[in-house]
Amino acid sequence: MSNFHIPEEYYYTKDHEWAQVDENIVTVGITEYAQDAMGEIVYVDLPEEGHKVTQGEGFGAIESVKTASDLYAPVSGTVIEVNAALNENPGLLNDDPMNEGWLLRIEMDSEKELANLMRAPDYKKLIK
Amino acid sequence: MGLPPNPNKGPNLSLSAKIDPDLTGLGFGGKRKPFLTLRGFMSSETPLLTPLFEEHTALGAKMVDFAGWKMPVEYEGLRAEHLHVREVVGLFDVSHMGEIRLRGPKALESLEWLTSNWAGKLEPGQAQYSLLTNAAGGVVDDLIVYCMEKGADYLLCVNASNKDKDLLWIMDHHKGCEVIDESAQWGQIAVQGPKALTLLERLFSSEIRSLPSFHFAPFQFQGAEVLVARTGYTGESGVEIFVPSEYTPALWRELMSRGEDLPLKPIGLGARDTLRTEMKYPLYGNELTDLTNPYSAGLGWVIKPDKKDFMGRAQMLEAKEQGLKQKLVGFKMLDRGIARHSYSLFSFDNQEIGRVTSGTPSPCLNENIGIGYVDVAFSEVGTEFFVDIRGRRIRAQVVKTPFVTPKGA
Repeated sequence: MSNFHIPEEYYYTKDHEWAQVDENIVTVGITEYAQDAMGEIVYVDLPEEGHKVTQGEGFGAIESVKTASDLYAPVSGTVIEVNAALNENPGLLNDDPMNEGWLLRIEMDSEKELANLMRAPDYKKLIK
Repeated sequence: MGLPPNPNKGPNLSLSAKIDPDLTGLGFGGKRKPFLTLRGFMSSETPLLTPLFEEHTALGAKMVDFAGWKMPVEYEGLRAEHLHVREVVGLFDVSHMGEIRLRGPKALESLEWLTSNWAGKLEPGQAQYSLLTNAAGGVVDDLIVYCMEKGADYLLCVNASNKDKDLLWIMDHHKGCEVIDESAQWGQIAVQGPKALTLLERLFSSEIRSLPSFHFAPFQFQGAEVLVARTGYTGESGVEIFVPSEYTPALWRELMSRGEDLPLKPIGLGARDTLRTEMKYPLYGNELTDLTNPYSAGLGWVIKPDKKDFMGRAQMLEAKEQGLKQKLVGFKMLDRGIARHSYSLFSFDNQEIGRVTSGTPSPCLNENIGIGYVDVAFSEVGTEFFVDIRGRRIRAQVVKTPFVTPKGA
């Protein structure tokens, strides 16, 4: 079961989002574990560019045929880019959640918040 | 992201009922028999495995905890499985369903008191959809009653999530019959879809075809007697087969192998839920609860107050005569969004007018559909209202149900 790809360099939330940090820009997505648990994703509900998000608070939702799941921001900041490809093709989240299926890019307010996130070894333990 | 917090509920399938003993007047301190174990009742317990657990694992199913059982939620994918049942034929493990037997000279008298439909008209080999009702006129469970011997022997097929509750309820309120929990003895396999009878003919005999809907008959399988019933939860043609637990894996494999060319595919609980939603078949815990008036749920056709007295009859009728406040309707989303269980419904002038009980994208219609209770004024086909989806108001419209009309059923 646990053949999920969990890159060492990413950060993780207990709610199964990942965050990839490039200076103050954080790319956010959901983990392979999350997409597997959801099943076929049919709809993604994301905020618009310019929207402010707060660490640990909801910023959108993902819907599969069988369930709706809220998305929680891994860091606080401003949404600077939304993955428009997901509107046309939400299945990207099933096929490639760690790369092509990214959700949004956030300009992070404070690097300090990264300390509240998990690294790969802890996330692996969480989903075991 | 907020994946389902309660592992016992599976991926928010909402297939299982939350059981609140205080709501039900179950009387847990009453006549509960000491030998009863509340299997599947406590979420902390290790899930039960059906006789087909190893088959599912071998087929690569995604397994989830559901109503105390480890069940396959999907194999190749919910949508493909759903469409396959509508177009060809699918195989379902429904061994988690409960089987309760009422036997003895007072079996019928007990059943008439406990259930809303007219069990007295059943002849051996006939089955009936019915409701186990409570003293307030609410619904303890919905079930199918199979008449084994008129007056004296009935098999009840009940929801897995309610089996223990039902058993306690029946033991407390029967009129002096034997009440036997046969759930562990029976596996159950459903075969559903336009080609279901083609497959069954191969295994049993062409007599299967002459078996009318809601009839059942015994057939031999490898020396065991199985009960083949023309019932189902998909709206398609097909059967549900009661098979002794020890023969269940052999029957599953035989069906899989004899149906390979059709092709027959295994179907998970996920598609079982979307298939029943397209038919607007109620699911206990969603459309039905201990507090539901069955008339509101549109189940007047299984309530026979003219034929007999039964538990909660007067209360149910009184509520109906006072005028039902809400009705269960089917709706489709007019704008983008999926209604989910427990979302609120609002009128365009912002009054809360109801609640969603079930909602899903419909694989057959490629539209998002839902079921919910609405104030009677909003229950006419064509009426529009809002579904509150995460704080946004999305338009929906009441439509005729079932949402889908199966071709082969």
